Amino acid sequence: MIKRVDPKPLPETKLPELKQVGKPLRRVDALGKAVGATVYAADYSMPNMLHAKVLRSTRPSARIAKLDVAQARALPGVACILTGEDVRGAKLNTDLPGQTGREARSGSDAPVLALDVVRYVGEPIALVAAETVEIAEEAVRRIQIDYEDLPAVFDPATALEPGAPVLFEPDNEVSRYKIRKGDVEAGMAEADIVVEGTYKMPFVEHAYLEPDAGVAWVDEQGVINIRVCTQVVEHFRSIARALDVPQNKIRIRGTMVGGGFGSKEDITVEIFLAFLARETGRPVKLVYTREEAFSATSKRHPFTIKHTTGVKKNGRITALQVEMLADSGAYPYLTPYVLLYATGMAAGPYRIDNVQIDSVAAPTNQTFTSAFRGFGGPQAALGYEQQMDEIAKALDLDPFEVRRVNYLKTDDTTCTGQTVTSAVWSEECATRALHALGEPAPSTPTRKIGRGMASYFQSYGRITWFHDTSRAWVGVEQDGTVQLRCGVPDIGAGQSNSICQIAAEILGVPLERVTIYATDSAVTPLAGTSTATRQLYMSGNAVTKAATAVRDRLVARAAQHLGVEEATIDLGDSRVGVKGNPSQSIALKDLAHLCAAEGIELSELAQFNAPFNEGLDPETGQGDIWPDFTFGTAAVDVAVDTETGQIEILKCAACHDVGRAINPAAVHGQIAGGTHQGLGYAVMEDFILDEGQIKTPSFAEYLIPTAVDFPSTEVIILESGTGVGPFGAKGIGEPALTPAAPAVANAVADAIGLRINELPLTPKRILDALAGVSEEEGE
Amino acid sequence: MREIRLNVNGRAHELRVSANMTLLTALRDLGYTDVKNGCEIGECGACAVLLNRRVVNSCMVLAAQADGATVVTNAGLGTMKDPHPIQEAFADAGAVQCGFCTPGMVISTKALLDRNPDPTEEEIRDALSGNLCRCTGYGQIVSAVQLAAERLKRSISSPASPRCGDGHEPAPAEPLRVSGEVPRGGEGE
Repeated sequence: MIKRVDPKPLPETKLPELKQVGKPLRRVDALGKAVGATVYAADYSMPNMLHAKVLRSTRPSARIAKLDVAQARALPGVACILTGEDVRGAKLNTDLPGQTGREARSGSDAPVLALDVVRYVGEPIALVAAETVEIAEEAVRRIQIDYEDLPAVFDPATALEPGAPVLFEPDNEVSRYKIRKGDVEAGMAEADIVVEGTYKMPFVEHAYLEPDAGVAWVDEQGVINIRVCTQVVEHFRSIARALDVPQNKIRIRGTMVGGGFGSKEDITVEIFLAFLARETGRPVKLVYTREEAFSATSKRHPFTIKHTTGVKKNGRITALQVEMLADSGAYPYLTPYVLLYATGMAAGPYRIDNVQIDSVAAPTNQTFTSAFRGFGGPQAALGYEQQMDEIAKALDLDPFEVRRVNYLKTDDTTCTGQTVTSAVWSEECATRALHALGEPAPSTPTRKIGRGMASYFQSYGRITWFHDTSRAWVGVEQDGTVQLRCGVPDIGAGQSNSICQIAAEILGVPLERVTIYATDSAVTPLAGTSTATRQLYMSGNAVTKAATAVRDRLVARAAQHLGVEEATIDLGDSRVGVKGNPSQSIALKDLAHLCAAEGIELSELAQFNAPFNEGLDPETGQGDIWPDFTFGTAAVDVAVDTETGQIEILKCAACHDVGRAINPAAVHGQIAGGTHQGLGYAVMEDFILDEGQIKTPSFAEYLIPTAVDFPSTEVIILESGTGVGPFGAKGIGEPALTPAAPAVANAVADAIGLRINELPLTPKRILDALAGVSEEEGE
Repeated sequence: MREIRLNVNGRAHELRVSANMTLLTALRDLGYTDVKNGCEIGECGACAVLLNRRVVNSCMVLAAQADGATVVTNAGLGTMKDPHPIQEAFADAGAVQCGFCTPGMVISTKALLDRNPDPTEEEIRDALSGNLCRCTGYGQIVSAVQLAAERLKRSISSPASPRCGDGHEPAPAEPLRVSGEVPRGGEGE
């Protein structure tokens, strides 16, 4: 078991004392949601509205021999049926061009509706719009379809073998990357021992509570309006391309999103709604059932990761070789980028001079995989963090000590050769998370106690050659209230609140005086995707820029009004005046009146650009890839019942350096919630497919953590103030999840003295491992 | 089709429902969209309402079974202008992230605190075990229930104006569990 370590004092930081930022204020969206006033996508209706349903494939790999919609079309109340023939050529451009204007890879896009062949169970084949949901359902049943089964492949390793069925010409290689840093051969020769380990992870479902939904209509300008729960309002461009209409004829009106976790980063209902609304000229609504939300949307990628590590006796790593294989499911979607993230993070938060990483993704006739909180980072961490414990075991060293001697420091380079410029508080986080666990409970003969930890590093902000941007508009009204317009989708993590709190700080008003209008692709400045842990970084900086421009004008006019130097002026409590001297100040509303009368602009539209660069060297994988990184550690105590195989999570602590917590209560929520998802990943979550058929189609079969499964995580928030976000913030949305699952895996291995190399750690796998049964025999 | 009467959040409704329409569908069709549809099989708790003061998943009750019943949804407990202390506690304690599970969580909390004003953490977790949340990890929700319990106890001496769901009849000792295969409204399977 990991020895107890006492945390050393933190390095000195200089965080300014702020009035709004850094306070655990009630989020601007909280009360509306608590009283049920928030209107979600499925809650909207339009006059004269039709209801849509989707016919989906029941076969994992088949040719559509016959598709006859005549009987369905004849059903009274059916307004429209569309098949692949009707939308021929239309592709789901889920790829980058819709978001950044750069070019797509070829062959990356799924058809809007299957044409000729289907490649997974759940693939959309036809759309129905009818007067009622019931009629639409009946029409779907009346569509006659004959399949001719085609050869299928259900395992990415098989897909890469010669002779395997090819899903897309010319071969089954969705993407491949390599990283070459230093001299791995020499590094291995220098090692005292070489440790090998292979780790496997399953498909995982996002299980957001709000099934995908939307309503679309064509307005009086001929613009197709789509109200939808999405993480990406910029998909209007991809939808325009699919419909072959100008981009200014598609308007996405995002709603509050009832959870996304990456799944609503892909186009879901909006493309179907756009086609149906255009075709019928009537408003159309489509709400997925839970089963549809499971079968028709992406999953987390299964990975198999093999680590071979050369290590000195003191635990110092001399060389690392990694092989990664990912399952893209039936269509690539964001697989190339998920694989790239996993590859760039495969070496973990460790300083390793000699690294060789080879990664490949291959398709299978299964549910497609795409973004899921962490975007390949959690899988990478399950590789490198389980491997760190195996190294410790092989050398009989303490698992923390092995990590400590290898942790990256500021100014070190990652495996892609990128220099880490912000604070690296890995050791500070690890010691605090471990310390929080306290004394472990004693083991009994049938109840084995184990302690595990996992450290990680993870990017925030998108890959820097995506040339990412965000915009925000900030205005001061004549009564001294503040308005924000920003196209930021709020997926529940407090994206909109954070930028309100930043504007409140800069303009010196209480948070209640700020109102935000968000997520309308036509009228709110485009802020980019709510993905990649980027909104606080990107839109936070855009709001900072806009609010600061307005503030500068207020300060100049106030200084003139009060007859003092600008440098003496401060804003706070809705007043502008000499710092520390309330008698020499003016109310913000009076100052706003003054400015308005003189034509001084009290609003600003600002754009923030992330660093732009041009990608990694394709031969060596070397180069800068992300804006910055977040570091942290999770630590877990478990009890394993050796008679039943049950794992009980006894304690869990998570410590992350978030740079600056804009709203500590919201940060706490991100860390607690992310950790919980990671615990579920470790011990219960498994989206099971058998020969391409989904065996876990609903919440009855696919289990996610309930209120009684795990204890609350002890959340420890550190603030180095060194991030590239506003006020020195780093990102925490995705990183929060990453270390939890490997910490559990390590705790279980510590408890039973055996490593189970595949998630989830089910009772059956525990009992098989204890009985010495291999995975193949146990199945 | 069958004619039924429902009293929802203090408003009387007469409506015609099909034999397989669930209470969830009936309520949402009436405009009570704060009742959320998360799974339609009684697994997620997003559609929880108080049916004659007992908490039920409205997807597991046929609308026809609820004929004559009094229903209280989350929006019936309080409003933006006058939130219920439980709703206020959820907002204050950071228990609300995406908010989609929140109406059901608040309803389950209301039922819990009606029958047990001073629950332990274990009792809170047990009472919320039928409400899935994917965002919070439940810790801040437990804190919200504790905060609400505290505030409600303090406010007993100075009762506010009457609200829906605060009737005078004694609260049931155990929540009603409607189980069995109920045809799903709007599914037609």
